[in-house]
Amino acid sequence: MNVPVPDPSADDAILNVDGISVWLAGREVLHDVRFRIMPGEFTGLIGSNGAGKTTLFRVILGLQTSSTGSVLVGGRPLTHRNPIIGYVPQKVFFDPDMPLRARDVVGLGLDGHRLGIPLDWGRRRQAVDAMLDAVDARRFADARVGNLSGGEQQRVLIAHALISRPRLLLLDEPLANLDIGAEGEVVALLARIAREQRIAVFISAHDVNPLLPVMDRLVYVAAGKTASGTTAEVIRAEVLSALYGQHVDVLRVHGRILVVAGAEGPPGVTFEETDGVAAGPGVVSL
Amino acid sequence: MFSGFMVNTWIAATLVAVIAGVVGFFVVLRGAAFVAHAIPHGAFGGAAGAVLIGVNPLAGLGVFAVGGALGIGWLGRRGRHDVATALALVLMLGLGALFLSFSVEYAAAIYSLLFGEVLGVPSDELLPIAGLGVACIAALAVLYRPLMLTSIAPEVAEARGVRAQRIETGFLLVVALAATMTVPVVGVLLMFSLMIGPAATAGSLTRSPRNAIALSVLIALATVWLALAVSYLTNLPVGFFVGTLGAVWYGGARIWTARRRGRTASG
Ligand SMILES: Nc1ncnc2c1ncn2[C@@H]1O[C@H](COP(=O)(O)OP(=O)(O)OP(=O)(O)O)[C@@H](O)[C@H]1O
Ligand SMILES: [Mg+2]
Repeated sequence: MNVPVPDPSADDAILNVDGISVWLAGREVLHDVRFRIMPGEFTGLIGSNGAGKTTLFRVILGLQTSSTGSVLVGGRPLTHRNPIIGYVPQKVFFDPDMPLRARDVVGLGLDGHRLGIPLDWGRRRQAVDAMLDAVDARRFADARVGNLSGGEQQRVLIAHALISRPRLLLLDEPLANLDIGAEGEVVALLARIAREQRIAVFISAHDVNPLLPVMDRLVYVAAGKTASGTTAEVIRAEVLSALYGQHVDVLRVHGRILVVAGAEGPPGVTFEETDGVAAGPGVVSL
Repeated sequence: MFSGFMVNTWIAATLVAVIAGVVGFFVVLRGAAFVAHAIPHGAFGGAAGAVLIGVNPLAGLGVFAVGGALGIGWLGRRGRHDVATALALVLMLGLGALFLSFSVEYAAAIYSLLFGEVLGVPSDELLPIAGLGVACIAALAVLYRPLMLTSIAPEVAEARGVRAQRIETGFLLVVALAATMTVPVVGVLLMFSLMIGPAATAGSLTRSPRNAIALSVLIALATVWLALAVSYLTNLPVGFFVGTLGAVWYGGARIWTARRRGRTASG
């Protein structure tokens, strides 16, 4: 599991985020964020609601400008269109009335940015079928995508992002709205993809626990600041206390991690109950 | 009913049905029914203005349709799309009301734009309609994939280098183009019902986008042909039948799919 990875060098990194800060509506949402992701690595982006996870993804995708710092993707500066990044956004609403099958969504991942009508139907269909097989979604390839369950739609979106053969896959809270079973399946699927195809997977989540078995490294974002490293390096009382700017304890219970904050709780963190572990006042399950 | 005079009507109605069926698919897909309502209705105000200053109403229709499309695209970038659409519509309609108040004598000619002149299409209008239809469909074929992608996941499209705003403006211009040439023939009201009814029905009957486009065209054709025939026999307005048929197809399709689903669920 979380084998310590030697400090990655800038040259080989698939993603190098170097000191970026983002201001939105007069507020510094991200402050001096820096971390690296190596090819084929599975990295979690952990933070509570409003911590800045989506904003960070938007910077990496070139959809949001940062006021300082730089981002290198595959060793090159950001461009408006970066074919080596695949992206699964946080919110995609599929209207059940839309005449659109799962396979159409995946096909658009291949060439949805191109003008004109695709001519190589046969090759396209083969590529889509192979991709649907890879994410175990062939069963519902011809179903109306708006009628699929949340977990099934998530697989379709992952296939959509993967079919263009990216080297870095960004997934914004793909586990939200999934039950424990579907959660485990999606995490296992992503871990397999990262390993077999050497695609770096960068996945945001508000809870660290579902990712613990597969995560190589994590980037923890709180109060606009980030800490990165292996789970053992980052999920520590000293590191998180410094990040939150107040005393925080880290508890390990039955292989799960709980972050316990002072009476008022860490800023911007919501209190919640996760499976079997009741989170009392001031206890945050992360 | 297929006499020389009526032949033009059949050809024009057929062309209009094909254009409306294809454009309507994208209108329904993007949830842009309100835009498809606003552009032809607002353009009607332009025709009134054109009559007032003594130029071809078609020119006024075109200018207002394109202006409305660009305005909706521009305002929609800055605020809510439906509000932008409503503002463009009321502005154009307000101007239309003003122009109409100045030009009482020509009012009848302008009012015919509301319901069209489907039973009196002159031969020299057929070619422009056909040319326009080809232009609209060609434009949609070029924009097809980015239009689909921006409809489902605009951020993904942006991240892949698609300028979503340009695609949206291009689409609005196609709707404007379709409105300009077809409104004088079928009228503002018919154009709207032909764009929405068949495409929505097709979307609920089939799952694949390509089949839905084909089915949308077929239903639009069936609608205008049936409406023309029944209108000819009963002497009732074509608009009544086109509007009613659109609603009947959609309602029927909904009931049919709900029944079928109920049956597969229980059996
Ligand atoms: N366009 C914007 N204008 C102003 N503030 C913004 C904008 N977008 C985001 N913010 C603010 O930036 C902060 C970070 O938002 P972001 O969406 O990145 O959080 P997140 O970590 O993705 O949260 P969640 O888990 O709820 O998705 C929030 O406080 C939000 O209010
Ligand atoms: Mg978010």
